[in-house]
Amino acid sequence: MMFLKIILLRFTQRDTYIVCLTAHFSIMSDRWFLQGFGVRPLRQRGSHLAPIIPLSEAIGSLLNDGDTVALEGFTHLIPMSAGHEIIRQHKTDLTVVRLTPDLISDQLIGMGCVSKLVFSWGGNPGVGSLHRFRDAVEHGWPQPLEIDEHSHAGLTNRFIAGASGLPFAVMRGYRGTGLDGVTPTVLPITCPFTGEELRAVAAVNPDLSVIHAQRADRKGNVQLWGIVGIQKEAVLAGRRSLVTVEEIVDELDPRPGHVVLPSWLVTAVALSPRGSHPSYAAGYYQRDNDFYIAWDAISRNRETFLAWMSANVLGGAS
Amino acid sequence: MESAEMFTSDEMMSIAAARQLSNNEVCFIGIGLPSKAANLARRLHAPDLIMIYESGTLGAKPSRLPLSIGDGDLAETADTIVSVPEIFNYLLQPGRIDVGFLGAAQIDRFANLNSTVIGTYRNPVVRLPGAGGAPEIAGACKKVIVMLRQSPKSFPKELPFITSVGFGSGPGDREKFGLKGAGPVMVITDLGILEPDPKTKELVFTHLHPNIEIEKVIESTGWNLRIADQLEVTEPPTKEELEAIRSLVAAGELPLAR
Repeated sequence: MMFLKIILLRFTQRDTYIVCLTAHFSIMSDRWFLQGFGVRPLRQRGSHLAPIIPLSEAIGSLLNDGDTVALEGFTHLIPMSAGHEIIRQHKTDLTVVRLTPDLISDQLIGMGCVSKLVFSWGGNPGVGSLHRFRDAVEHGWPQPLEIDEHSHAGLTNRFIAGASGLPFAVMRGYRGTGLDGVTPTVLPITCPFTGEELRAVAAVNPDLSVIHAQRADRKGNVQLWGIVGIQKEAVLAGRRSLVTVEEIVDELDPRPGHVVLPSWLVTAVALSPRGSHPSYAAGYYQRDNDFYIAWDAISRNRETFLAWMSANVLGGAS
Repeated sequence: MESAEMFTSDEMMSIAAARQLSNNEVCFIGIGLPSKAANLARRLHAPDLIMIYESGTLGAKPSRLPLSIGDGDLAETADTIVSVPEIFNYLLQPGRIDVGFLGAAQIDRFANLNSTVIGTYRNPVVRLPGAGGAPEIAGACKKVIVMLRQSPKSFPKELPFITSVGFGSGPGDREKFGLKGAGPVMVITDLGILEPDPKTKELVFTHLHPNIEIEKVIESTGWNLRIADQLEVTEPPTKEELEAIRSLVAAGELPLAR
């Protein structure tokens, strides 16, 4: 019997294979096994199924310093635990893409992981400011933050273009607003049929798109429901994608209004119960509005923020 | 009509705004003041108001005021939930929404709104959250109602940044920018109501809320405010309206978590 220390992870859009983790390959069984993760079959040879791997290994292997990473989830299903893992692994110089930066972007920015933010609404919903985001933009702490700012509709269309494999999307917007002219990924375009002046927004294709979902099955098929936001487009726009899930189940029984992402569209799946808290996962736990309110005081000054991160994220289990 | 009770200027603002919404209208709701007024209207004269939040919840019927546009209560009570691409590209952009109901940090005399920065864009004194759904709501809804508290800071002579277009720099600008909706029809504040002049598109102060002095309004406006020749006084809150808003507020904004 022969073991090779190798694992393959597929980069969905490039359709290339790279060596990136250590695992055992058994020629005898013709299956992949992940070292230190029991004997879970990772992938059938020749298949395109997403392996289910630990979150720490997923972030370690799929995200590099300097990458563009989308963390999507529109108020609901925000991939908080993946963001915390990025912080624990001290990833730097990231371009973070998120319609509503929310607490996770505030934490990534405050911990120095982010050099550029692509966004459309940077507040603490219903509460007020994102203080770490403001501190970075207003005072350059802990480092200057470049911004590429849009409306929700504009950034949505950038994801749609990215998911569609097109260089840009067309929309009616921006004209007359201050963003038209300060955001370089928005430019005028004339409709070739009607002559109407519209706006083109450049496609966004993150190196890695991360979303959180309720469930996956053992083959890595992903199911989410409730407010589904821009998650499907984010995954399809990503060169690689990671889905954290509340649970792994045998069968994905249908739910009203659900979105199913077949395993072959996803690079990897990681189990992460309560991975969205203080955001929520419909059917699992509710939005922790008390924490959103508490975050205002925690994040308001640098010291209390750093102390909270140290106690609750850096010291916490993955 | 004499009001039965005392009331605050914030209560008057919410009640005046709620009165503007009709039953069965399709209304795109911003969080905060607009959400409070729309939910008040649902408890009064417009139980079948169709509320849309930008999280994709269509026909939401929350039992209490949501803290965010994506609270679970909105999703659970909605007629249906659509994706973010669907709400902006299929529902908002083609002009399918009757009323856009917006708040903002600042407004100018042509009802343009700022929610982006105070100071300059590259060197802000205060970085505000930014656009969100507001520019397209302001552009594409058949009509727009704006709510904000009136002060020299919130009603400046000139905006540092235009996040959402009201009437630009005057008549013809909405057409020039290709904005399909009629734009703001009313601005409701804690002091009164402003409406655009049909010809010049400049906001005119048309209704003074009860117990407010006009001098206070003038002091709270950063530009030389036009006051209607026939300035009216807003009808004071009825007992029923006051009970409704107080029970809404008492129920709390927090659908308690966990």
